[in-house]
Amino acid sequence: MSTRLKVEKRVDVPSWLPLVTSIGSVVLAFIIGGIIFKIVGGKPFEAAKYFYQAVFGSWAVFSDTMVKATPLILVGVACAIAFKMRLWNIGAEGQFYAGAFGASLVVLIPIVPLETTPKFIVIGLMMLFGMIAGAIWGFIPGYLKAKYKVNEIITTLMLNYIIINWNNFWIFDKWSDRGFQMTATFDRVAWLPRLADYAKQIKAFAGVTLHLGVLFGIVAAAIVWWIFRYSRWGYEIKLIGDNPEAARYAGIDISKNIILVMAFSGALAGLAGMSEISGVVHRLQESISPGYGFTGIIVAWLAKLNPFVIIPVSVLFAGLIVAGRELQPAGLSFLLQGIILFMLISSDVLLRYKIRILRTDEEAA
Amino acid sequence: MNFTIILHAGVATGTVLLFAAIGEIFTERSGILNLGVEGMMLLGAMAGFSISLATESPWLGVLVAMLAGGALSLAHGVVTIHFQADQVVSGLSLTFLGTGLALVLGEGLTGQTPPLLLDYNIPLLSSIPVIGPALFQDHGILVYVGYLAAPLAWYYINKTRPGMHLRAVGQKPSAADSVGVNVYGIRYIYTFVGGCLAGLAGAIISLSVSPGWYSSQTTSGQGWIAIALVIFAQWNPMRAALGGYLFGMLRRLILDLQGPRILLGFANPLYINSNYSFFLIMTPYVLTIIALIFGSRAVAKKRAGSPSALGLPYVRGERGK
Repeated sequence: MSTRLKVEKRVDVPSWLPLVTSIGSVVLAFIIGGIIFKIVGGKPFEAAKYFYQAVFGSWAVFSDTMVKATPLILVGVACAIAFKMRLWNIGAEGQFYAGAFGASLVVLIPIVPLETTPKFIVIGLMMLFGMIAGAIWGFIPGYLKAKYKVNEIITTLMLNYIIINWNNFWIFDKWSDRGFQMTATFDRVAWLPRLADYAKQIKAFAGVTLHLGVLFGIVAAAIVWWIFRYSRWGYEIKLIGDNPEAARYAGIDISKNIILVMAFSGALAGLAGMSEISGVVHRLQESISPGYGFTGIIVAWLAKLNPFVIIPVSVLFAGLIVAGRELQPAGLSFLLQGIILFMLISSDVLLRYKIRILRTDEEAA
Repeated sequence: MNFTIILHAGVATGTVLLFAAIGEIFTERSGILNLGVEGMMLLGAMAGFSISLATESPWLGVLVAMLAGGALSLAHGVVTIHFQADQVVSGLSLTFLGTGLALVLGEGLTGQTPPLLLDYNIPLLSSIPVIGPALFQDHGILVYVGYLAAPLAWYYINKTRPGMHLRAVGQKPSAADSVGVNVYGIRYIYTFVGGCLAGLAGAIISLSVSPGWYSSQTTSGQGWIAIALVIFAQWNPMRAALGGYLFGMLRRLILDLQGPRILLGFANPLYINSNYSFFLIMTPYVLTIIALIFGSRAVAKKRAGSPSALGLPYVRGERGK
């Protein structure tokens, strides 16, 4: 009696399966990453222990992880809404930088007198300018795609390089702080409130760097979840993504939606840039992002474009970034992200097909 | 600023784009969109550099670079051809994977000096005035190979039998399958070819055109520019070569703009304040977008060039395009 494998198409997918394949992909990716790490002369088990310590070891380090998760949540949600429409915005990195630039304008021009304006107005203006700048950086590829059918993957990517050099010009030149490659530290009125600011009232908050930006992320996730679930716009986005022909017949204006979604996606990524400079860096400088915009792509995909799932996934990847900062060699977290994404899309085949082990006599029957 | 020098540098840097773009044309003509060029290129640049360092043989480096790029592309092949995964997402993850691998394995290579590919002159041709010294003097062999690569690729794709199969698989895989063409096999082959050529392009950077290992700065987005070039060239190798050389010349011209004190009768702002050079660094990326706008308009008008099954998985027995 012999057995053979039979691959057949799934009719319906059990609800638990996507979760299992996602987690399995991440675990497998870590194992493969560990093996590569070992080959290049690292100690994977100590690194894993270190990873855990550096990410969840204490409240202080966990808060640090959450600080890193904040931009990832926003960027992940930004990617999710674009990807839902199968618009490949891989320029979230650039939109993040654009947002940082826009928010900086409020402080560095300055748009309002910083000594006399209340904090909530300064912060509100920074959010607004950050989102507008990000939206412009998303609008450009959206417009080009809608109007001239220009491939958005390449334009968004090229715009990343452009905005980084644009920012560099300002921080090396006009806004340079005594010749350093950064602007002067922002006035305190432009800082997002942090838990540590309330250490006098609540002792446990001493040294906790978590800032208000994390709320932006959670609110953004909730809003996009609502859009997907209940709004007409969300329905249009999903329909265009799943079946553009049907959407066209239904009378949905695809061009308008391409531009809107790209600008909205850019605005969220821009808000991430604003939150990072207002909540963490407190000035505009070079390399404010260790690739948040790109990690956001993987976060969104791993979360299956579900805005709420993006939050825990962001925390995991934030841990990877925190640990990766000190892990050598430096490319390791990039490598792990690549393997995770690869495992994930490969595992999707399990959602479409099932493999059954058949005994030959069973099949004959 | 001297035309001969600009042309000379233009064909050298253009060769990088040329090989990467021709590789991607082969892959896309078979219906597979591989956006991982940047990752394969960076891995190739690292592999070529480190093998040349270890073995003292730059040519062995070039060979390994091609195999490394090819091997990486096969990961994309398996995932997209057999698992029918989304080609865009797979290509993006290939970029991550290639970049990550190159950075991890390339740790400590910066500042090393392996033997590089040598430059040669072509007798007779190099004595043609103006063009001779620019095109046939002091170039690596691969630059000369590049001159032949585009017409050969064009001939192969358009005039030979395997080229016809390649086009058929990219245009109408079900029809190709029905007359006995192995769709999966052909897609694997040209995905591999594309990967090899991307790896080669990387090795040309690190061992010849701008020698050295500068981590992710080594390729600095040229893989993406190559993909844009494919669209601009409407999947035609000859146009891709022309675009690549033109692009290379512009890059050089932009660099040269920083030199003179007076430019077109005005005081050169780049000479006065070197920070303006950030705008120069932007220029290739801006030009890529502009080129892409023109290329996309042409494609949209004529509906020509783009392989119609590009990006779509082929499943045997399923009603497909």
